[in-house]
Amino acid sequence: MAVMSTPTRRTAARADAAPDKPILLVDGIVKRFDTPDGPLTAVDHVSFTVAAGEFVSVIGPSGCGKSTLFNIIGGLVDGYEGSVSVAGERVAGPHAAIGMIFQEESTFPWRTVIDNVAFPLELAGLPKAERYEKARHFVELVGLAGFERRYPAELSGGMRQRVSMARTLAASPKILLMDEPFAALDEQTRLLLGDKVLQIQQELEQTTLLITHNITEAVQLSDRVLVMTYRPGKLKRSVAIDLPRPRSSEIVSSEAFGHYVAQIWGDLREEASRGLIDDEQHKLRRSGET
Amino acid sequence: MSRAAALSRTWQPAALGVGTVVGAIVLTEVLIRAGLINRFIVPLPSEILAAFPRIVTEENVLSRFLLTVSEALSASVLVAIFGVAGGVLLHRFVLLRQATETWVAAIAAAPLVLIYPLYLVIFGRNATTIVMMGFTAGIAPTMLKTLEGLSGTRRVLINVGKSFNLTPAQQFWKILFPAALPTIFVGLRLGLIFALINIVGVEFLINFGGLGQLINELSERYDLAGTYAAIFFVVLVSVCIFVLTERLERWLRPGG
Repeated sequence: MAVMSTPTRRTAARADAAPDKPILLVDGIVKRFDTPDGPLTAVDHVSFTVAAGEFVSVIGPSGCGKSTLFNIIGGLVDGYEGSVSVAGERVAGPHAAIGMIFQEESTFPWRTVIDNVAFPLELAGLPKAERYEKARHFVELVGLAGFERRYPAELSGGMRQRVSMARTLAASPKILLMDEPFAALDEQTRLLLGDKVLQIQQELEQTTLLITHNITEAVQLSDRVLVMTYRPGKLKRSVAIDLPRPRSSEIVSSEAFGHYVAQIWGDLREEASRGLIDDEQHKLRRSGET
Repeated sequence: MSRAAALSRTWQPAALGVGTVVGAIVLTEVLIRAGLINRFIVPLPSEILAAFPRIVTEENVLSRFLLTVSEALSASVLVAIFGVAGGVLLHRFVLLRQATETWVAAIAAAPLVLIYPLYLVIFGRNATTIVMMGFTAGIAPTMLKTLEGLSGTRRVLINVGKSFNLTPAQQFWKILFPAALPTIFVGLRLGLIFALINIVGVEFLINFGGLGQLINELSERYDLAGTYAAIFFVVLVSVCIFVLTERLERWLRPGG
């Protein structure tokens, strides 16, 4: 795997390609699935580390095994080779240290915003007053103050994703694991929510691993971007993002930002083309069979 | 939105509903008086209205109404407990589901009212037979809809539960059950309608108890206006059950 850090030399230690004291260690992950066309290797010997407080994005074309990797790190999938460790402890199944935010809308429709956010605190057995007080803090953090008593059905898609984020943050995870949380939102909302994520990440110094296929989002938010190949999903390159912090969505208009986007697209283009051709050939084979 | 507009929005559906019913009644009255509907099959709505005081004072319709309501409620409680529990068991044990789901679906579609002679032999000519007939008719659709609701819980909600490391019991009570509640209540309402049809039907057939027996007696006397007035009370039982389940659903699962 190549390591790049352009256009300027990195200054922040947490953007190093291989942190000294990683909080998350992903080591030699291989995941195979049985398909009607035979065994399929979705993730192939993927290894990387994430340091405390670091924001790392994993980017790749559709079908590169990003979501499989997300589920493996989150402990939702077993039957794989390799290991995932958090703060030195090997992950076997869902782990309290990892908070997950999913791509699909995942708020509980039968709970108000405050009750959704208080969910992990309720599980922890906190008294009602205390858990509401803490939940209110996270509701404010994601910018939803005043919406505490509303139900998810009364909120927009972006607001619901912020509720999911607040609910996950309320569990105080060591690592925030996000799987394309803004994929269903329009570009403008996505950029603005990116600002919110940056603000939260800076405020909480939250270690974050983002799975995405959106280059702009990855560069806007990350200290480091890991580019994956199309199937089987391997790590192709690690790109350290040397953009100043604190950041906001205004960074997208900078020259350096454009350079990073072009650089990552250069890597991704080949993979995305391969994915497209593979998909078309697969569809042709299928239509020929029927 | 202004207060007046909000008030108008609240009352408009109710006013439209009542208006539609009143309109249908007036139209029926006109069609019967014009001779387009045979008045020996459908009595004049005005005659039905006039029969209400008579069936209240002379036919004890209120006590019969309460008897049918109590039988329907007893059957409803049994349907809710055993129907939902049965659906949960079918969801929990795949082998049980594979072995019995088709049979349960077949029972839901069967004319179960025909087994009332068997229940008369087992329980006797009393309210227990009627309640058990209602229960038997209502349990299968409730089980099937409970199974459908639990199986249809969105994968992402289950994954959220897993990510918070929920125990199987927490996963059920905090995610699966509330997520499935709207579908469970569809089954419950369906089951309770089936139960009520069977309860009134068996009361009619064995000439025992509440409104079904009253309808039987009034129809035997060719008191058409009284019969239709008594049927109104059966509809009222159905409305009571519907309102009750709706309130219960809103209480158990707010937020829509």
